[in-house]
Amino acid sequence: MTLNSELPIHFSRTHRLQWEEAQQKNVILYPEGMVELNESSSEILKLCDGTRSLAQIISALEQKFSTSGLSSDVTAFLEVALQNGWITQN
Amino acid sequence: MAGLLKTKPTPPRWLLAELTYACPLQCPYCSNPIDYAKYQSELATEDWKRVLTQARKMGAVQLGFSGGEPLTRQDLPELVKHARDLGYYSNLITSGYGLTEEKILQLKDAGLDHIQVSIQASSQELNDHIAGTESFEHKKQVAHLVKKHGYPMVLCVVIHRENIHQMPEILAMATELGADYLELANTQYYGWAHTNRDLLLPTQAQFEKAEAIAQAYKESDAGKMKIYYVVPDFYEDRPKACMNGWGTTFLTIAPDGVALPCHSARDLPGLDCPNVNDSSVEEIWNDSKAFNYFRGQDWMKEPCRSCDEKDKDFGGCHCQAYLLTGDMHNADPVCSKSPQHGLIQEAIASAAKSQLAENEKPLIFRNSKNSKHLS
Repeated sequence: MTLNSELPIHFSRTHRLQWEEAQQKNVILYPEGMVELNESSSEILKLCDGTRSLAQIISALEQKFSTSGLSSDVTAFLEVALQNGWITQN
Repeated sequence: MAGLLKTKPTPPRWLLAELTYACPLQCPYCSNPIDYAKYQSELATEDWKRVLTQARKMGAVQLGFSGGEPLTRQDLPELVKHARDLGYYSNLITSGYGLTEEKILQLKDAGLDHIQVSIQASSQELNDHIAGTESFEHKKQVAHLVKKHGYPMVLCVVIHRENIHQMPEILAMATELGADYLELANTQYYGWAHTNRDLLLPTQAQFEKAEAIAQAYKESDAGKMKIYYVVPDFYEDRPKACMNGWGTTFLTIAPDGVALPCHSARDLPGLDCPNVNDSSVEEIWNDSKAFNYFRGQDWMKEPCRSCDEKDKDFGGCHCQAYLLTGDMHNADPVCSKSPQHGLIQEAIASAAKSQLAENEKPLIFRNSKNSKHLS
């Protein structure tokens, strides 16, 4: 299972991404488990709304943070996210 | 001085709400206390709501609705709704008994996130025997309905000597039912499982064979389904880091409102476990004797005190130390460094002996009659 660069990326319907006030961070919740996210991971996942492809996510992030060269880091993270079932395509 | 230096404990993250001890099943490895029948009172809806609110405010985020069978509580949808409004991720931990499509939809509307269905075996005959209730076909239907309505599903199968040979069929059944996760929970020997240990504890060879089958599945291409494997600690060399450390992460509330650092702690002597009817969750978590009892390392005796692994397993499980050695301050005897580790070898030998036909005893099923008889 690898990322398809053409297809839009959705956050998984069977996971929940949510801000936790007590922890002051975003977390992913799933059956009987939780993953704590750092800021960059949550920024990436928030853009996985089913309308953007990989390239569009990368350019949105580069624009938002006025930077370039995020491609390999973002791709690597989303590959992991896909393996873990946090995101889906199609 | 010690008081001034005391750091505030980490807040609870996991709340297990045992809504009731009532259950239509009679599984002989149930983790409820043997004497559950004497605890008749149950928290009212408003009490549960208050507890959920207080624990959420402290930082609890994972919520398990458990029991007994939580579906026997008529206010379950109302509690689920309250939990969703507070931002919990709620897990319904059910036998599936009494779960209709209408109820599944009602709970979905209320905001339930996930349903864990237990199945006792991969065949009707054995499932219905272990559950003490005809339930196999209904459980399979429930599993289909859970997936049909878009829930993530954990299928939980408790593993013991009577069903361990079914490992390949259990994996096939879980795949066929579309489980997202399969929890292969090797029996932990507390409560009813402790009573029935001679009849439930598999041999090491049986464990190794079953584990290899589960491992091969995990590594195969078919392994889309994730496997949670609860290790059989009697065959481990080191104890489990029980509850991720006492009073660090997990909070259990029993049906009558007693707050427990782990769901077996009710059986430990002298803890004076507090009740949510008398104190707030915050007071209970931060200040009660029970929740502070095994925090840190001051309670430890040898061999734990000087052990270089004490930060990893915190001395293991206190309930196991109590049940097997009679002193909850002892090292968990599962640890090969424990001077009482021989008790584990004796338990294994005793179970192997009872496997011989001439020594066969009947399983003691978990029901009110047996509970009253054994208390």
